[in-house]
Amino acid sequence: MRKIAFAGCAVAIGALSLLPFLWFVLTSWKNATEISAIPPVIMPSFHWDNYRSAIEQYGLLHYIANSAIVASATTLISIVIAALAAFALARFKLPWGRFYLMLLLALSMFPQIAIAGPVWRLLSALGWLNSYHGIVAAYISLSLPFAVWVLTTFFQQLPYDIEEAALIDGCTRWQALRLVVLPLAAPGLFTAAILVFIYAWNEFFFALIILTYPARQTLPVGIALFPGEYTMPWGDIAAASTIATLPLVALTLMFQRRIVQGLSAGAVKG
Amino acid sequence: MRSSQDPVWRFLLPSFVFVCVFSLYPILDSFRLSFYRMILTLPWLGQKFVGWENYRDLVTDPVALGSLATSMIFVAVTTPIEVLLGLAMALVLNESFRGRGWLRAVVLVPWAVPTVVASQMWRFVFNDRYGLFNYLLFGDATDRYWAPLAEPGLALMSIMVADIWKTSSFAALIILAGLQVIPRELYEAASIDGANAWQKFRHVTLPLVKPALLLALLFRTIDALKVFDLVFVMTQGGPADTTNVLQFYGYKKSFAEGMIGYGSAIAVVVFLISLLLSIVYIRLLGTGLMGKEGRA
Repeated sequence: MRKIAFAGCAVAIGALSLLPFLWFVLTSWKNATEISAIPPVIMPSFHWDNYRSAIEQYGLLHYIANSAIVASATTLISIVIAALAAFALARFKLPWGRFYLMLLLALSMFPQIAIAGPVWRLLSALGWLNSYHGIVAAYISLSLPFAVWVLTTFFQQLPYDIEEAALIDGCTRWQALRLVVLPLAAPGLFTAAILVFIYAWNEFFFALIILTYPARQTLPVGIALFPGEYTMPWGDIAAASTIATLPLVALTLMFQRRIVQGLSAGAVKG
Repeated sequence: MRSSQDPVWRFLLPSFVFVCVFSLYPILDSFRLSFYRMILTLPWLGQKFVGWENYRDLVTDPVALGSLATSMIFVAVTTPIEVLLGLAMALVLNESFRGRGWLRAVVLVPWAVPTVVASQMWRFVFNDRYGLFNYLLFGDATDRYWAPLAEPGLALMSIMVADIWKTSSFAALIILAGLQVIPRELYEAASIDGANAWQKFRHVTLPLVKPALLLALLFRTIDALKVFDLVFVMTQGGPADTTNVLQFYGYKKSFAEGMIGYGSAIAVVVFLISLLLSIVYIRLLGTGLMGKEGRA
């Protein structure tokens, strides 16, 4: 009896997590009649017109390319900078190291609106609005607190003796980081990289205010501003949404264990 | 040791520069701007120092006050539900059963879906003519269908549903991490003492998972205060400003209307509220939060 109740709970959790999104994915393969049918049509006729029109009419591929560029560049640079900081914070007793970590934690909690105006003015003054480097610069600083926390946690768990020996043998700190710590920390770097990538791929608020030219906009902006006043092109929106989400769901299913580990180790939101 | 040749500060410098330029300076600048009147996109018109005027306007602006109330209601309703659902999910995921790996992955799907996509998805579910929500409620009786996103009473609830779906799994992850560190022996000892399942939960699990619950509550509260994407896509703050949360109102004033001074005053208020909440929660958690992580 208890077993059945438990199984029921497990199934309910799985269904509630998956079914709403699955419904949207199925919608992406439906034609207009199937989408507006009452009672709802569950199985679509599996036609690809929505994908074709999302790509041809709405320029979906541009949005995907912009997102891929922005998210990859953010991930790469943010992880390098965070690894440098985390190495120093995890390995050397710094009088203000703890303060710096607390400052980063506090920063990661601040609402975006608290910095949005000045960030916009800053990027505008630099002529960086509607540019990849503008949005990437903002994303790097927004993802750094999280990346530094996750990596500091990982670095602290690495054995210190090899590194100590290297330092005593005359290695510089830089060499110790490059030759000893980084190879050992590869799994941690990878985990942090996945989480930063997901953050940058999904971010909407800053993309909305910084990227106003459609040619530069990322996927979330494209999907949020999908044109349609009275009749929404739900099939096309669902198709674009499916494409935007697929890489992330794939990453999540593949690296579920790492992601959970990273999120709970850092215990900072991603 | 030749480590004096590459001092530690050099490793911290890049992150510090980014944090200063794009986080610390902007916050200070928001405070400064909130005392000025200026148009965001027309800076050459000049900035006029107006003292506390923006704040005086703020406390007499019915939309701003309504916005504050809406944000508070949103936080007060969603976060307890998310933490409770997260606890329930974590308790299930902490048991060992066949397919647990799969369930853990599936639970992460709402977390991985971009918020904008989740917003469009729920907007479709709440559609007034063929949304699944209406069908489940009224079946074929299309004349009775509601327009949840256009009804003042229902729009905020619809956004809450979407938020709860999207973020409960994050709460579950944090709580699960807390459950996993509870030693098995405690449950065995409780069994020997004749405790039933409820007593074990009440007297072993709950006290020990409390820090994780508070942590989940902290992250969810701070995050719920920042809700923006769902509102932007699902309702644009409407109908009749009933979903106009603080972050959205600040965005609207600063960027849609260009009133950066007034928008900054809203931003400062949001900032102070979340700062206050963080301090209260970190106090509540005491050294537990930081001590447990074992930070330098």
